[in-house]
Amino acid sequence: MPVNEALSTYSDWTYGAAVAIYVLAMVFHFVEQAMQRTTAPAEAEVLVGAGGPELDGRHRDVAVPPRSRPGRAERFGRMAVSATVLGALVHLASLVLRGLAAERVPWGNMYEFGSVLCLGAVATWLVLLRRFPVRHLGGFVLAPIALLMFLGGTVLYTAAAPVQPALQSYWLVIHVFTVATSSGALLVPGVASLLYLIKVNPDRFARLAPRLPGAETLDRVAYRITIMAFPAYTLAIIFGAIWAEAAWGRFWGWDPKETCAFVAWVVYAAYLHSRATAGWRGSRAAAINTLGFAVMVFNLFFINLVISGLHSYAGLG
Amino acid sequence: MIAFLRNTWRGLTSMRTALVLLFLLALAAMPGALLPQRSLNAAKVAEYIAAHGWWGRLLDRLQFYDVYSSVWFSAVYVLLFVSLVGCLVPRTFEYVKSLRAKPVITPRNLSRLPHHTRSTVEHGVDEVLTEARTRLRGWRIAEHDEGGGARSISAERGYLRETGNLVFHFAMLGLVVALALGKMYNYEGQVIVLANGKEFCNSGTLSYDSFRPGLRVDGTDLTPFCVKVNGFSARYLPNGQAESFVADVEYQSGPDLESGTWRPYRLAVNDPLRTAGDRVYLLGHGYAPTFTVTFPDGQRRTSTIQWQPVDQVTLLSAGANKLDRPGVTDPAESRQTQLAITGLLAPTAVFRGTLLDSGFPDLLNPAVAVDVLRGDLGLNSGRSQSIFEVDRSMVDRGRLSRVARANLKPGQEIRLDDGTTVRFDRVEQWVSLQVSHDPTQVWVLAFALLLIAGLGTSLVVKRRRLWVRATPAASADDQGRTVVEVGGLARTDRAGYGEQFDRLAAELVRRKES
Ligand code: HEM
Repeated sequence: MPVNEALSTYSDWTYGAAVAIYVLAMVFHFVEQAMQRTTAPAEAEVLVGAGGPELDGRHRDVAVPPRSRPGRAERFGRMAVSATVLGALVHLASLVLRGLAAERVPWGNMYEFGSVLCLGAVATWLVLLRRFPVRHLGGFVLAPIALLMFLGGTVLYTAAAPVQPALQSYWLVIHVFTVATSSGALLVPGVASLLYLIKVNPDRFARLAPRLPGAETLDRVAYRITIMAFPAYTLAIIFGAIWAEAAWGRFWGWDPKETCAFVAWVVYAAYLHSRATAGWRGSRAAAINTLGFAVMVFNLFFINLVISGLHSYAGLG
Repeated sequence: MIAFLRNTWRGLTSMRTALVLLFLLALAAMPGALLPQRSLNAAKVAEYIAAHGWWGRLLDRLQFYDVYSSVWFSAVYVLLFVSLVGCLVPRTFEYVKSLRAKPVITPRNLSRLPHHTRSTVEHGVDEVLTEARTRLRGWRIAEHDEGGGARSISAERGYLRETGNLVFHFAMLGLVVALALGKMYNYEGQVIVLANGKEFCNSGTLSYDSFRPGLRVDGTDLTPFCVKVNGFSARYLPNGQAESFVADVEYQSGPDLESGTWRPYRLAVNDPLRTAGDRVYLLGHGYAPTFTVTFPDGQRRTSTIQWQPVDQVTLLSAGANKLDRPGVTDPAESRQTQLAITGLLAPTAVFRGTLLDSGFPDLLNPAVAVDVLRGDLGLNSGRSQSIFEVDRSMVDRGRLSRVARANLKPGQEIRLDDGTTVRFDRVEQWVSLQVSHDPTQVWVLAFALLLIAGLGTSLVVKRRRLWVRATPAASADDQGRTVVEVGGLARTDRAGYGEQFDRLAAELVRRKES
């Protein structure tokens, strides 16, 4: 199986472009936020002049009511979202090109896995954005994504190549894809929960807390996405077990990667329980969700890079 | 005493305890990912203990290298299991009761509910209710006559959520039981077979190089089947990365054993052979050199033995072919004439000076660098010895000594001082096979699928309540008109119910106004 070098190079370029666009989008988001605070008085005049309604509530999580000429901050926010969509398309192109270059699905090593994960996170975020007024979270969601992609593209980068025999299975397609996308989706609740913890501690985070969407929204966003992503993640683990049965001779063997996935799964189960337990809603639930994502990240980096087990992504292979 | 038991039971089955136990489970599982585990790699554990002194030994005493069979890990999951049972039993009873229960009676004051609308329509009470019933298809409905001409409907939907939730938790229970049974009745054995037509039969634990039985398996009644390995082929990329491994095997099981029929199978990674309720996996492969020794009296011995890869990338291998001199029956003489040919084998030889190394894993240009030792191999000493090495202590004690050293290519030979020649004939391949038996794994899979079905259902379905009250308008000029009040309550996950409620409530009223 030869690798198409040209396509592989284009894939690398588009990957880099996607990271750059995400960073730009993130900057737009933060500019929007900064302007809304620092330029509030000036903008207030504009808005009043334009016959805008009451100003308070404007900096809440509800988008500014539509009007003929959006404020400058608002324009940055919209540009950020457009940039994110563009970034996602370019990102998708980079994955498709890599798949074509290596003539296999583009999730056969850790670099590609990270890329799919991030695309999953961005897609989740964009869907969320359509259903909830949470644009102010944009910068915070894009920051870890851009960071992950940057690390993926530098530290973990692996040239396009065929995968080793253990990975030549249609279960690679199914299992790794579900793991990557569901983990990516879980990034968003992780961020929302972390911000929740900041939001409900306005004393400690005096500068940041007031600019975030309401705690209620954050909590709801985290929950809604978790209940979609958790079954997907469960399914991904089951797929993994089915594959392990065919590839390694046992469906479960407490390989470090499996163990860590199990731990993350249990933590998310605890999260769902905590939402139904008196005295555990709110901050504690948010802390558990954040912990769940921390375990996922730990599994991705520490277990892969430091403790290599059977999972052949290890060693950047 | 009874009170104490009851309180303990209540405590154990409370939601908060379940939560804490889940945390403990996660916490207890974690060391298994961070510390080496005996079940995965016993050598690594020994290394770790040696490297960490008293701390390593303490962890050993606390079972940190056998986390998943440790007392504390078992304690947590047994408690969780008990808690789960204790939690499921009452919930199941309630669930069964709720199957026939009517939606709760309409509250007096609907405006207290989180969702509420009130409007006046031009129709009579009956029409309003008829309309509401058609609108609320799919909801469970109860009607109430409230006196004074007022009537109401209480409606509820999303009962499937509890069904899904119970299915999920029961499936988890089933999964744990199936796992436990699997631990009793499974076994796993590994064996190396030369890929030159050699056979392996699952006839007893002795046919294996290593065998790991479940708690209730003694190895006396393994399901019989045989596998014959006719060949093995590996393909590599130019950089040495493996591209494919395939073993060409034949097998027989069941009636085929009697009739002597062999069925072909292409055994590959990811593609185990499933027969007689067992699975046969291709785990690894390596090389086995063949040497022919011709003794001064003209007798010959040929030996082919697997050598062990010492470099997983280039498959440089090490090992030892051991043989007796034929025709020697006197034990004392035998102990002076045993031979061992031991050293390194390179599938693609690269010489650094005279040092042999391997440049590529494929069998392109094989060579061996061997020592020939003669004397007492210690095979009769009663100590078990590795097939890959000679017993070094025999060398140290001067009972076994080197009589030649050479680098050989296939066909080349060395002559020993007594006129014996040792010829390196060729290299064969071996495969390492794993046989696994786990009678409950289909059950585990079935429960896992049930689990995911229940989970999906319970997380997608939402429980909602809705009430409609129609009251004849009170004032005289409102004759024939009806006041319609709608109230709504989301019992789980409120997100999204607001809009849904507004739409429903608007529909209930709009139709009637038109
Ligand atoms: C064995 C470990 C357990 C795991 C992994 C687990 C996992 C879960 C998960 C993932 C959910 C959310 C999905 C759903 O609603 O179906 C859930 C819900 C629930 N679990 Fe468990 N569970 C466990 C044990 C228990 C125990 C011991 C109890 C009883 C105290 C319990 C009571 C509940 C209840 C009442 C809900 C519904 C929560 C709600 O309405 O949102 N679970 N469980």
